[in-house]
Amino acid sequence: MSEDLSEFHDVFFEEADELIESMEAELLDMLTDPDDPERINTVFRAAHSIKGGSATFGFSAIAEFTHVMETLMDEVREGTRKTTPVFIDLLLKSTDCVRTMMEAAKVGEEADGSVIAQLKTELEAQLNAGSEQSGPDLGAPDEPSTHVTQAEEKVLNEPATYNISLKPARNSFRTANDPISIFTELNQLGELTVALDDSELPEFESLDPEELHLSWTLVLVTKESDKKIREVFDWIDANSEIHIELLEPSSVDPVPDSKKTPDLAIENSKLIETASDNTPPKHEKQVAENVVDDTAKQDKTKAKKAVVPSIRVGIDKIDKLINLVGELVITQSMLNEEGGKLPGELAEKLHEGLSQLQRYTRELQENVMQIRMVPISNAFNRLPRMIHDLTGKLGKKVDLTVTGEQTELDKTVLESIGDPLVHLVRNAVDHGLEMPEVRTANGKDETGELQLKAFHEGGNIVIQICDDGGGIDCESVLRKAVDKGLVGTEEKLSDPEVFELLFHPGFSMAEQVSDVSGRGVGMDVVRRNIQSLGGSVEVHSTLGVGTTFTIRLPLTLAIVDGQLVRVGSQTFVLPLISIVESIQLDPKQISAIAGRGVLYRLRDDYLPLIRLASLFSLASATNSEMLVVVVETGNGKIGLLVDDLLAQQQVVIKSLESNYRQVTGISGATILGDGTVALILDIKGVNTLFKTTVPSETIAA
Amino acid sequence: MTQVSLENQFSNVVDASLTADQGGDQFLTFMLNGEEYGIDILRVQEIKGLDSVTEIPNTPEYVLGVINLRGTVIPVIDLRLRFGLAQLEYNQLTVVIVVRVEQEEKELTLGFVVDKVSDVYNITKESINPAPDFGANVDTSFVAGIAGVEEKMIIILDADQVATSVTNPDGENGASA
Repeated sequence: MSEDLSEFHDVFFEEADELIESMEAELLDMLTDPDDPERINTVFRAAHSIKGGSATFGFSAIAEFTHVMETLMDEVREGTRKTTPVFIDLLLKSTDCVRTMMEAAKVGEEADGSVIAQLKTELEAQLNAGSEQSGPDLGAPDEPSTHVTQAEEKVLNEPATYNISLKPARNSFRTANDPISIFTELNQLGELTVALDDSELPEFESLDPEELHLSWTLVLVTKESDKKIREVFDWIDANSEIHIELLEPSSVDPVPDSKKTPDLAIENSKLIETASDNTPPKHEKQVAENVVDDTAKQDKTKAKKAVVPSIRVGIDKIDKLINLVGELVITQSMLNEEGGKLPGELAEKLHEGLSQLQRYTRELQENVMQIRMVPISNAFNRLPRMIHDLTGKLGKKVDLTVTGEQTELDKTVLESIGDPLVHLVRNAVDHGLEMPEVRTANGKDETGELQLKAFHEGGNIVIQICDDGGGIDCESVLRKAVDKGLVGTEEKLSDPEVFELLFHPGFSMAEQVSDVSGRGVGMDVVRRNIQSLGGSVEVHSTLGVGTTFTIRLPLTLAIVDGQLVRVGSQTFVLPLISIVESIQLDPKQISAIAGRGVLYRLRDDYLPLIRLASLFSLASATNSEMLVVVVETGNGKIGLLVDDLLAQQQVVIKSLESNYRQVTGISGATILGDGTVALILDIKGVNTLFKTTVPSETIAA
Repeated sequence: MTQVSLENQFSNVVDASLTADQGGDQFLTFMLNGEEYGIDILRVQEIKGLDSVTEIPNTPEYVLGVINLRGTVIPVIDLRLRFGLAQLEYNQLTVVIVVRVEQEEKELTLGFVVDKVSDVYNITKESINPAPDFGANVDTSFVAGIAGVEEKMIIILDADQVATSVTNPDGENGASA
């Protein structure tokens, strides 16, 4: 029994972690845009779900704590509480607290009570202060409301005319949502006129009596408030279209506010309710949430996105699946080959089946591969919070822009990149960006800019962290290095060499050790972590302009769109993304430079021409390559001479390092359909290799 | 062809292990240039025929390349070439012994190409003598010891050392090829 429960615990913890994360993210966004009802709702829902779950599993401390948060958020939802930055900050702290409690609960311990108690008191103080403020002139507290301000509510005490258009979901009858009950309820609120629209009713033969094809336009004259009307629609199916519009109020509008009469759309979105939820009745009532938005459609797509169901699966299961599918693909190609040798009629049927099998296995493979890939946003998500806390502590202003957060990478890589990323961003805020005064004095905007970028480049994932801060002062780095005896006094170092020093163990540039950074354990660890993933990290910096850290990571176990090329008897894979074009070699366009490099003239460009066969000293070289594949190295284009272009296909990257070691010019290997191994070229590495080796032979012109 | 001969070899191996005396560790032995070498059988994952190896550019000659071992890409090392012996044309008896080795907390899988597999012996720790020191003339860093079995001399290989010399040729263990 207890065994079973602990199994559910894991699921609960995982879910709770996600909820805490989403709560945190929304709270941070609220700092800039405090009034987005969707955000407020998300935070509320998260608090509510955590509370429900923790109560179910007997974590009463967490349940009690989140209950206070939930109540506070509920007041925000109802519009009776203002979201001040101080309030949001308190909630953020509470989020941390919940996280700590959750971590403690995971290992079966109780979290440090004093911090929790203190925060809880603070929260409760807020709660009491809040309810006093919002006291008497509000209606009963159990009235669910959205955004209607008090002023508006007063207006509604005069009879007003509402135009309501209602188009229930097709399956309304099946979900026991008979619109007639709505009409009955509305009729009790005031004077109701109903007009039926049956234009979408299908022909009689094709009519399914269990489907609802009707829509209505209702006119309601009522003294009741806006929200009372909406309440009637609370229980209707989420796919129904409802528009409630306030027509001319029967009396003069005392608040001539253009925002006041929005086109109200009601969305019903399901709350995730835990089975044995002990929520007070007040919340039970709110299974349906009212979301008010001017752009109902936009909201609808949002809501749809959010409900894609998902299940949790252990990564080892997926890995097993991936390996099995790989085997399947190979077996399938073997069958294909053998099947082709069979003669006769019987073989024809077999071929048909085989080609179908081929199609399905390919599809299967592609889909299975996709499972492991996750967007890098998972790693980026924790950064805004950290930046928020840091800037608060340091008194700096930072504007964070994130691009390419949907770039996908393998889950294992993602997990290992989190910490280095946090470190680099912390450094950028702490050391990189200057204080607002300094920035203004230097003619910069007082808000510093921090950019996080992620993109694919030549079979790598590149993550860049750019700040427009003070840049790295090479001279002071050098001085420090000399002080520490890392560099001789007379040594002259180039800028890149100086930047290298930053990665030296024990080297710190912070003027003083703070709890933010400066202990000198850091950059070397960052580099080690990244290198252990087979990646690299580089710095570019201009004094006074800013610093950019570039992390390159191989897509271990990731998929790459590849162009298969033949060189001699060997097949190589070129990442499709780095290929600019492929052309037939025209010997007239080749020119040798000082007998060493070979240039190829392509239109107005001159490209270095690399003969892969000789660069890789392949035994099976033919000396008759006639195709040039033009690729982008990230540092200019080069031409690669190959024998033949083969298929384009997605290939699974298998690392060479895991069983051998890194090889310059090769980013990994893959297994082709016939079971043989093909190497994947690393264009950047090929270029480096080319530059560092003296060609033993020149290309015959 | 390869398949048949492999099966024969396997049946030999199995017979040998069944008849082997109790006590001591089991060692798989293989032939290399007429000498019998032994390797801890617990390190051996499988024995397979040598086919379709993909060359890796700019690697030492003894690294034949990589092969696909059921979805994993593993390097294949020609032990003859690694030990500086004359190359032998691969025949039906040529096999790849797939071994697991440990290296700096990492476990690697590599294939060793040998002339043929020979037998499985139980060898007690006491009967393994340290490799004699030949000075600078002979590199014995791969040799864990020498064992005498049935009047024969078996060179016990240190698979970890061999692997390290391959994957990390510039490292301190790198006996230059």
